[in-house]
Amino acid sequence: MIDISALLDEIKAQPFRDIVITTPHTGVVTFADIHQGDKAHGPQGQWKEKPGTVIATLERERNPKPICSAEKGVISLLHTELEGRFVEAGTPLAVLRHQLTRAEVENLILRKALHLFPAPERAKYYFTPDVDKKIRASDAHSVIVREGMELLIMSRMKREVPLHYSGPSGVIYAVYFKYNENIDAGAPLIGVCPQDQLPTIQEVIMRVQTDWAEKD
Amino acid sequence: MDNNIEKRLQNLRDRLTYIGDIFAGKHRDNADLLEEKLSSFTERARSDSLEDPYGDLAALEDLFNYVERRLEDNITAMDRVRIVRHPQRICLRDILENVYDNFTEVGGQDEYSLDPGMLIARAVITRRRGKKSYTQSVMVIGQEKGHGAEFRNGGSVKPWGNAKARQYMRVAETEGIPIHTYIFTPGSYPIEDYPGAAQQIARNIYCMAGLRVPVVTVISEGGSGGAEAIGLADRRLMLSHGYYSVISPEGAAAIEGHLKAGQRATPELIEQCARNLKITALDNLKFGYIDRIVVEPPLGARPWHFDFFRHLRQEVLRATDEVVISTRTLPVLKGLALARVRQPDANLDEMYTRWGLSPAAKDRLLAHRQQKFLRLSRMAARDRRPFFAKMAVALWDWASKPWVSFKYDFYRKHQRRIRTFMEEMDNEWEVFKSRLFSPWRKLTRKLPTGRDDAGKTKELTALSSWSGEGHRKRWNYLSPRYKIDRAVTCPNSAAYGCLDLWGPDLFAEFAGVCSHCGYHFPMEPEWYVKNVFDLGSVFEFNSEIEAGNPLNFPGFDERITAAQKSTKCKSGCMTFEARIDNIKLVVAMLMGTFRGGSVGAAEGCKFVEAAQRAEKKRYPFLAYVHGTAGIRIQEGTHGVIQMPRCTVAVRRYIESGGLYMVLYDTNSFAGPVASFLGCSPYQFAVRSSNIGFAGPGVIKETTGMDIPPKYHRSYRALSRGHIQGIWDRREIRANLKQALLTIGGRNLYYR
Repeated sequence: MIDISALLDEIKAQPFRDIVITTPHTGVVTFADIHQGDKAHGPQGQWKEKPGTVIATLERERNPKPICSAEKGVISLLHTELEGRFVEAGTPLAVLRHQLTRAEVENLILRKALHLFPAPERAKYYFTPDVDKKIRASDAHSVIVREGMELLIMSRMKREVPLHYSGPSGVIYAVYFKYNENIDAGAPLIGVCPQDQLPTIQEVIMRVQTDWAEKD
Repeated sequence: MDNNIEKRLQNLRDRLTYIGDIFAGKHRDNADLLEEKLSSFTERARSDSLEDPYGDLAALEDLFNYVERRLEDNITAMDRVRIVRHPQRICLRDILENVYDNFTEVGGQDEYSLDPGMLIARAVITRRRGKKSYTQSVMVIGQEKGHGAEFRNGGSVKPWGNAKARQYMRVAETEGIPIHTYIFTPGSYPIEDYPGAAQQIARNIYCMAGLRVPVVTVISEGGSGGAEAIGLADRRLMLSHGYYSVISPEGAAAIEGHLKAGQRATPELIEQCARNLKITALDNLKFGYIDRIVVEPPLGARPWHFDFFRHLRQEVLRATDEVVISTRTLPVLKGLALARVRQPDANLDEMYTRWGLSPAAKDRLLAHRQQKFLRLSRMAARDRRPFFAKMAVALWDWASKPWVSFKYDFYRKHQRRIRTFMEEMDNEWEVFKSRLFSPWRKLTRKLPTGRDDAGKTKELTALSSWSGEGHRKRWNYLSPRYKIDRAVTCPNSAAYGCLDLWGPDLFAEFAGVCSHCGYHFPMEPEWYVKNVFDLGSVFEFNSEIEAGNPLNFPGFDERITAAQKSTKCKSGCMTFEARIDNIKLVVAMLMGTFRGGSVGAAEGCKFVEAAQRAEKKRYPFLAYVHGTAGIRIQEGTHGVIQMPRCTVAVRRYIESGGLYMVLYDTNSFAGPVASFLGCSPYQFAVRSSNIGFAGPGVIKETTGMDIPPKYHRSYRALSRGHIQGIWDRREIRANLKQALLTIGGRNLYYR
C-alpha cells in the first residue's frame, strides 16, 4: 500500500521538475539573449503552433537551428561556457525548472496510487449495460471491480467484444475514456483503487485542489 | 410639436449623422452649422415659439440640401467607400420594394436562410403599352447588407450563399427569365469549408460565362471575388457613389505599408491607396469595365430617395431591353429599337420588349457576352512589338484559320476512315506475308549462323547494366541552389524526425524533396520547364507582352522593372507549346517568382491567348501554377477583370472540346484560384502545396477566427474535392502523361 500523504509531502518538498535541454546533434552553440533566472515559455497558441522561447542556436554545416523551450519554467542553469564552442550531441545546454501545475500533481499521485487498466487495442470503449446503469445512478466510485469481471465493451468497426477486467479488486476512481471516442492501444481506460484507500485519495486530491498554488 | 414635424426632424438628424460619418471628421464647419441650426429649430419647435413651423422646417431642409450638394463636389474615393458601407445606404431589400412591383424571396427568408448575406427573389415588373399591361418576371440575386443587421454579415457571402446564387441562376436559365444581380459586398467570406470560398466563386463565374439568359448587374460595393461571383453580366451598371475594386483600401494599405498582423494602417495611407486604386464609377467607366453610371442623389442614395429608385428602375429596364434587342438580327429594326430605348427621356414603363429569346438568339447573346469580356483590358497590357510584327501575327492567325478548319473539321474525319482502312489492309498483308515466308524461316532457324540470342538472354537475366537508360543523368535542369554548400532542415523535422539534408544533394539529385518525409521544397519555374517537358520541345510565344503599371500606381514601375530584371521575364505568366513524350500541349505557367505570381492585365492577356491558341490547334491546355498570390492589386480593376475574362476564355476552350488541366504548386491563393484555375474540372497539386482563397492573416482580420496551422494544405483541398490528386514532383511528367492519356482520350481532345 502506498503512503499517499508521504508522496504528497515529497512533491511539496520539491514542487518542480528539472528539464535538461540538450543538443539534438553536434554543432556550434550560440546562446540567445537569455540569462539564468529568466522565465521561458513553452509552445503557445491554440494548436501549440508557436514555438517556445529560443534558448540557443545550434549551427552545423552552415545550418543554424533554434533550440526552444518545450515547457514553461525558469532557467535555473545555463552552460554559458559552451558559447561559440563545438559540442557533441546530447550535451546539456540549460536546465529549466518547471513548476508543477495542479493537474500534473494530481496526475502524478493518481498514477502512483491507482491501478491503471490499459486499452488492449485502438477502439471505442463502453461500460457494460449493468455497470453503466450503476455509474449513471450514483457515480463511478460505487462500482466495485474484481478480477475476471465483464466490465467493458470494446467496439471497433461495428465489432463488439466484451472485455474482462484483470488486476487488483477495488473501486473505479477515474474514467479516462469518453463516449464515442477512439482510445489508442496502451492508453489507460480506468483507474482502480482499493476500497479502503478511497477516502485517503479523495482527501489528498481535495487538498491538492484547494492548497496547491500555481505560479506563473 | 406634431408627429409630422418630429418625423422630418428625425430624418434631418439622420442626415446630419450620415454627413459626420462619411466624411470622418472632414468638413466639420458645415456639419457644425447644420447642427446648430437643427438644434435651435428643435428647441423653438418644442417650446412652440415658432410662428410658421412648416415654413421654417422647409427652409432648414433646403439648407441641408444645399450643404449636401456643396459637399458632393469635394467627395473623395475613400468617402465613397464609407458611403457604401454606411448602414443608411440603400440595400437590396429597398431596391426590391421600390424598383420592382412585387417580389417573393426564395431560397430562405431573413435570418432563416442558408446564408442571409445572399438574397434571392423572384420579382415582377409591370409595363404598359397603350391600354395593355405586361408583367415580366426576373430573378433578382444580390448581397444584402440589411442596414447593418448583424446576421447579414455585411454582405460578405459564405461559399454556400454563392452556391445558392448559382442554383437560382440555373433556375432562371431553365425558366428563360432575365437575371438582375446587385453587388453590395466588401468581399467574399474567406473560409475553406466545403466547397471552399475560391472553388465556389470559380463555379459561379464559370456558370455565368455560359448562362443563356440576359444578365444585368448593378454595382454598389464591388469588392473583388465576392463581386465577381455574381458580376459576369451582359450589362454592368454602377451606382455613381459606389466603388469597384480588387481589394479594400484598408487591405491595399496593409500590403503597401508592409504591415504585420495586428498593426493598423494610417488613415492617410488608406486614403492614398483608395485614390491610387482608381475605384470610382467614373474610373471604371473610363476603363470600360462598366457600361453606364446610374447617378445618385448628392452624398449617395438612401432609402427615402424615391426619385432615385424610379431612375434605377428605368436604367435596369433599359439595360435589359438593350441586351435583348442586341440579339436581334435585322439591322434596321434592331437599330431603331435600340435608339428608342436609349433615348434619355424615354419612359421604359410605357414601352414593351419581350424578354424571351429563341435558341439562336440565346447563342448570339452568349457570344456577345463572351466577346465583350475577351475584349476588355487589352490596352492595360504593354506590348512593345513593332506594328508590323503585330500585324504579321494577326494576319497569320487569320490566314491559318481556314487551314486549321480544313485540317481538323474535314480532313481529320476522313483521315480516321483512311487510317482504319489502311490498318486492316496492313493486317491482311502481314498474315499473307507470314504464311508465304514460313518455310524459309523454318529453314534459317536451323542454321548455325541463325539468330544470336546471347544478347537477348543477357538483357533478360542480368540485373542491370551501366549503359542502361536509368543511369543517364536524371535531371535536365538543376536548381542553382545546389551550389551552396550547407545543410537544410526539413520543416517537418520536429514531427517526423527528418535528418538534415545536404543542400547539393537536396537541390540536385533529390529534386528538392526531403528524402525522409517527402516534403517538397519550392523549386524554380525553370526546373519544371526543363524537367517535365521533352528536352528542346518548349516553344515560347507572346513573350513580348509585358506587365506594366496601367494605373500609374506610385513607385510600381520600379518594382516591376526590378522583378523583370531578377527573373529575366517580362511578365508573371509564361506561355509556351511543349511536348511530353511527343504529346503536344499548350502551357500557361504562372510564376511565383515574379511578384508572387500575381495576375495583372499582361498575365491575363497571355493566358487568354494561350487558351485561344490551344483551341485553334486542338491541343490540351495545361495551367501550371508555380505560385500565385492572387490578382495584382496595383493594377486595380484591370487585374480583377481578368477573373471573368480568363474564365470566359477557358469556358470557350472547354466547350469547343478541349482538355483543360490545372496543376498547383507552392502557394496558390485568391482571384486566379477563384476563377479561371478553380473552374477546371481536372485540378491536381504537387505535394506540400497550399491552396486557398485568403491567407491566414486576412482570415483573422476579416472573420476574427484563428485558423489551424495546416488549413490551406493541398490534402485538405483534396479531401473536400477541390483537386483530384496530389503528385510527387519527381513523378509530374509521368503523371501528366497518364492524366492526358486517360482523361483526354485517344485524340487528347474530347470530341
